[in-house]
Amino acid sequence: MAESSGIFDMIGPVMIGPSSSHTAGVVRIGRVTNKILGGVPEHADIIFYNSFARTYEGHGSNRAILAGLMDYRTDDKRIKNALDLTEEVGLTYKFRSIGSASTFHPNSVRVTARKGDKSVEVLGESRGGGVIRIKEVNGFDSNFTASLHTMIIEADDVKGSIAFFAEVLSQDECNIATMTVSRKGRNDLACLILETDSGIDDITLQYLKKRKWVHKVIYIPDIDK
Amino acid sequence: MGVLFNSFEEWKKECEGKGLPLFQAVLDFEVNQKGKKEEDIWAGLDEAYQVMKEAVQSGLKEEMNSYSGMINNGAKKVMNFPKTVLSPEFQKLVARALAAKEVNSCMGRVVAAPTAGASGILPGTMVTLQEIHDISDRKIYEALLIGAGVALILEKRASIAGAVGGCQAETGSAAAMASAGITYCLGGSNDQIFNAVAITIQCMLGLVCDPVAGLVEIPCVVRNASAAAIANSSAQIALADVSPVIPVDECVDAMGEVGQSMEARYKETAQGGLAATPTGRAISKRVLIQDIEVLEDEDGED
Repeated sequence: MAESSGIFDMIGPVMIGPSSSHTAGVVRIGRVTNKILGGVPEHADIIFYNSFARTYEGHGSNRAILAGLMDYRTDDKRIKNALDLTEEVGLTYKFRSIGSASTFHPNSVRVTARKGDKSVEVLGESRGGGVIRIKEVNGFDSNFTASLHTMIIEADDVKGSIAFFAEVLSQDECNIATMTVSRKGRNDLACLILETDSGIDDITLQYLKKRKWVHKVIYIPDIDK
Repeated sequence: MGVLFNSFEEWKKECEGKGLPLFQAVLDFEVNQKGKKEEDIWAGLDEAYQVMKEAVQSGLKEEMNSYSGMINNGAKKVMNFPKTVLSPEFQKLVARALAAKEVNSCMGRVVAAPTAGASGILPGTMVTLQEIHDISDRKIYEALLIGAGVALILEKRASIAGAVGGCQAETGSAAAMASAGITYCLGGSNDQIFNAVAITIQCMLGLVCDPVAGLVEIPCVVRNASAAAIANSSAQIALADVSPVIPVDECVDAMGEVGQSMEARYKETAQGGLAATPTGRAISKRVLIQDIEVLEDEDGED
């Protein structure tokens, strides 16, 4: 069962209108994409699905996703002018609407973003009240909210890798809240996504990155910070 | 309170047993259950109230045109109209509630209280109350705490989401929060504060959520003004010690029952009520994106 609400769920959040699912949640999905890519993309292809497909313009979700890609927070007043502000940072974009993705959440958005030779693809759901869930990162299944501390590791599918990461984090006094593991195939590339209650030290991240069989370590602290 | 109360009756018992004001129990809940520091809670309330005041100001000063064109500087027109229907204060109340909600519709910054769709009601009522009665900021924050306590119970026993309980759950809840706050600030007893909540629910009961084109604009904006007015009329009635007859907890349950039995087309789906009128449909066709790809694959893409 979900944790009970508090005062600032009733008097809050402070947000940019008109709707927490269409603005705050979408900004967060854009911001996660920015963090995974490691900066503002040069180009982004954005697909709004299902309920979003029809209403994204009227509700300003097009501005919200671009604002997130430019690393704005959910209460940033510039969100309203995000379409114009992309020019200043050299972000080009293209929107598409797909209305028939029946296995997806009603409010889903897919962002494919590129910067230099790096590219990233993120599928996110805006679940209401600004809460999000990232369902896919670069084709790997995922299931994180970005409200905790998230670590995305791409590594070879080797024996004992999960135990290794868990051990390193426990040395760091980090409590693992959720974990999603998926892989392209046996002994192929695997992706491990961890959410932890407290922050992860830079030295720990460096240590993990140095393993020969670890290809990528992306760390995203609380998305609203 | 260690845990959140499930009813107004429990809230009242807890406070009267320990000789605490109503807001203190809400404050204690947040400290004990959410692990927050008291000073951070006051700071959070201060921030929320500043954002509310700012929203009122922007709505009355800046251009407020929504993307759809349905919202078009209504608050300013009301504020500047030379004829007042009741009194200049009433005119300001209506204009301010409209103003903060227009800011929400036009992608400005607001406090969802309890939701974004109802974000004009507490700003309109609290700013006007403070101006007329010269109430301290601290007292307003206490009123907001009481409002939060009201909303927490409503969320638990009924709903505060239009998609679950219709508009009564959104603007109705906000009006109930506001009327409790007004009654508290004007010296009402605990019973009178809760009676104000009961009377407000009685007035807002049954209101459906039928937004034109699914946008948070029509009728959401004008309903923020009417809910602000009802919050005030309810406080006026409750302060005079007029009984709501049906106790507040039973009113809340009635709201939950009405919300549950409401058909889906009246719950934010834009399929019924004003959204389904010929004009509502025409606006929807104009404003919403029609160029939508439909993929062959049953499962969407991939």
